[in-house]
Order: sequence, then C-alpha cells, then structure tokens
Amino acid sequence: MGKVKKSPWLLHYDASSCNGCDIEVLACLTPVYDVERFGVVSTDDPMQADILLITGGVNSQSEAVVRQLYEQMPRPKVVVAVGVCACTGGVFKDCYNIKGGVDTVIPVDVYVPGCAARPQSIIDGVIKAVEIFQKRSDEHDAYEREHRHDGQVPAETSGKGNQ
Amino acid sequence: MAKRSVIPYGPQHPVLPEPIHLDLVIEDEKVIEAIPSIGFVHRGLEGLVDKRDYNEYLYVVERTCGICSFGHGLGYVEAIEHIMNVEVPDRAKFLRTIWLELSRMHSHMLWMGLMADAFGFESLFYQCWRIREKVLDMLEMTTGGRLIFSVNRVGGVLRDINPEQERIILDTLSGIEKDVRDIYNTFMTDYSVESRMKGCGHLSKVQAMELGCAGPFGRASGIRTDMRKRGYEAYGQLDFEPITSVFGDCYARCDVRIREVFQSIDLIRQAFAKIPGGDLAVPVKGNPNGEYFCRIEQPRGEAIYYVHGSGKKYIDRFRMRTPTFANLPGLCETLKGASLADVGLLIVTIDPCISCTER
Repeated sequence: MGKVKKSPWLLHYDASSCNGCDIEVLACLTPVYDVERFGVVSTDDPMQADILLITGGVNSQSEAVVRQLYEQMPRPKVVVAVGVCACTGGVFKDCYNIKGGVDTVIPVDVYVPGCAARPQSIIDGVIKAVEIFQKRSDEHDAYEREHRHDGQVPAETSGKGNQ
Repeated sequence: MAKRSVIPYGPQHPVLPEPIHLDLVIEDEKVIEAIPSIGFVHRGLEGLVDKRDYNEYLYVVERTCGICSFGHGLGYVEAIEHIMNVEVPDRAKFLRTIWLELSRMHSHMLWMGLMADAFGFESLFYQCWRIREKVLDMLEMTTGGRLIFSVNRVGGVLRDINPEQERIILDTLSGIEKDVRDIYNTFMTDYSVESRMKGCGHLSKVQAMELGCAGPFGRASGIRTDMRKRGYEAYGQLDFEPITSVFGDCYARCDVRIREVFQSIDLIRQAFAKIPGGDLAVPVKGNPNGEYFCRIEQPRGEAIYYVHGSGKKYIDRFRMRTPTFANLPGLCETLKGASLADVGLLIVTIDPCISCTER
C-alpha cells in the first residue's frame, strides 16, 4: 500500500489576521514564488488537507472554526502558524478579543515569524511542514502495518502535535 | 411555490480569502435574501488606545489591514496632525501621495487576480499577480516592507525616495502600464469574461445612492464620489477626475478598477514631476487635544477616521468606518435575485476587506 510521497495538500484559514499574511500565503502560490514546485497543492476542503496554514491570532468566534477544521483533517496532519500574530498574538496580543496564538487552541508544529511573514519564510515553513508530514506519514504506515494483520482496528497514531 | 431553504456560506470557503459568513435564503436556484454575519476577524484594536500611546498606536492602526495599511496609517496620522496643528513639509505630502497610489495599484491588481480566479480564469489570475509583484518590489525598495511599511509618523515621513529609486520606479511603471493594458484588453474583450460578467449583479445609481455605496463599487454605478478630490496631501496639486461608469454591473466594476490603475500610474508620474525638495518631517511636541474627522480615499472607497484626544499621551477614542462596511448593504442588494452560482463572484466584486470591517 504505497502512498504518494511528498505531495501534501494545503489548507489555509484566516483566524483573525490583518490580511497581510493571507495575501503573502496567496502570493506563495502564484508564479513568482510558486510553492507548487515542492509538490504542495492548495485545497479548499479540510477533509482532503494534510497541512493547515493558519494566519492571525485566535479570537472567541474563530476558535470553534479552527478547532473544527483541525478535527476534520485526516491523520497525519501538520499545522503551520504563519505570522507573528498566529505565533503569539503579536501586536494584537493585548486586544480584548484575542485569546493568543494558534497554539492556545490546537497543537502547532511550525512557527513562521514576521509581520507580515515574507513569502520566502512561509515557503521555508511549508518545507519544514512537508518534512514533518513525511515523518508522521511513515510512522502512521508502520503503525498500521503492525496492527492490521492481527485483526486490530487501526487506532489514531501520533497524539497531539509534535510533543 | 418553490420550497425555501437556507444555505450557510462561509466562513471557510474556496472563493473567500477571508472569513465572512452569509446565510443565503434560496428558492430553487435563486437567492431571495442574504443575511451577513461578521465577527470572525474581530480583534478589538480600537480598544488598544488606552494601552498604546498616540505614536505607538500608529503601528496598530497600520495593521488593521494588510492591503490598505498605508492608507489607514495616513488617515490616523492626518487626524492627529490636524488636532495638533502640525504643518507637514511639502515633500512628505508628495511622498505620501506616491506611496498611497502605489498601494492602490497593488490592491486593485490583487482584486483583478481574485476576480479572474472567481470566474475560473486561472492564467489571468497568475498574470495579474505576476505584475503585482513588480509594484511590491517598488514598495519594498522605497519603504523596506512589502505590505506593511510603517513609513509614516506624526509630522511627516521616515524615508525618502532618492533620484536613483525615482528613475527605477518610472521605468517600472512604463512596463507595468503595458502589461496592464494587455490585461485590460483581456478583461474587456474576451468573450468568456464578457458573457460571465455583463449584466451580473446590477445595481442602479439610485439604489447605490440609497445604500450609501462607496469607492469603485459606487463609481461603477455612476456615483461621482472620490475623496481624493478633497485635496488632502498632494492631491490638490494634481490633475485628475474620478473614474465612473454608468452600467453598474460586474463588468463596469472591472472597467472602473482597471482604469484606476492607469490613473494611479498617471498620478505618480505627475507627483514625481512636481515633487519639491526639503525636509521629510517636522518635530512634534505635546499631546493631541481635540477631535477630528478625517476622510481618505482608500483603494476600496471612502474611509473615515475619528480621533478624540484630551491632552494626554493616550488618546481617548479612535474610530474608523471602512469602505467594505459601507458596501455590505449594496452587496446584499445585488445578491437578491442572483443565482447561487453567482454568489462567489458577487462577493468578490465589491472587493471585500473583512479585516478592515471587523477590526
């Protein structure tokens, strides 16, 4: 049961970003930066996504959406926090409606700093995410191989994030 | 009678780069009513005024939105300067005008790309964004930032454009003008684009007036409104006329926005021809005491900034009304009677900036 390697699908969600990082994420997909050359394809469906890119800190209303998107994604999955707001809350950290970085809600694997994060650093973050995804994917396969033949139902592999 | 049903649209949706939620009341394929609900990107940055002093707060205002960040900073700074009676040097005024027009160009090109993406013309989307990168390169060269520049300060600007950079900008603009001309031809003469957009989402001038539409969305319906005619910064010394259209459909909105890119190129050339020498900023002492309403033409339309200070380091109140907020009633009106397949296109057509609207 071979898997298509190194071609993860990417889902982008704006938690409460100022648009700056979103536009840079989008710029990564366009010809000048072209993240597709690493085999990454942007998708709109969480059910088919492997890497979740989140921009902006989490507020009380987007919290549920972020959690829902994360839970809908199939395992293994990798989360990338893009921009300083997604990492820690950034310039809006003291705002009354900001809970903090994305890691207050879901486990984050790669942190991409910057305000707004530059396309080069976003691409760097995505490549790191691809490596983590590859590793987790192999672990997932190994786990399934080990447990399938003796009749057990394949359980969830890696627990939360990279901890 | 056909059965009515409600379809939730968003917040995470393929056509939307930003989260907005619409409840669409559908009868067969026709939208009867659209009820927007917002709040997914609300951060509450207006509340930060009591935690940041009036100089630091400028950097918060600039981060209201990553696309029109320079304009937001400018509106806030101009309000503070009026309260404190600061006379900005002429050179700073021209530099602000140039950066504001470059921001408008990159915003409109971004929109052109998203629009092309919304009706499925992928290669046009890529072309628009390829040209947009040239504008971003010019901004990065002169300000140091791609999207958020932070070159404004109360009393002037922090950076200058030297003659070498001026030459590069003028050369690049000629190239961009040629490229945008090609894109304009594709948008305006391509059969598939025309059949998709002509007559789609029509809004008459009377409706647009009643609903208070702002910016290119209102201008495409024939409202002759452009805050730049107010003559703030260097606009009073430049020669231009608001670009309008009478058709009021998606096609007209495309036409207006692309022609505004040419207008911006022209304004930047005029500004470079007239720019005087001199200081970049004047020293500012004291704290703002008083209140002021400032109106700025953002890429998406008229934005209003209100500042109230009472002689303290921290201002009392900051409030902004953004163009997308003014255009949401117009959007809900155009959605009525549209088919479900057109909803994505119509949302993109007002050039929504949700993070401005919700702050």
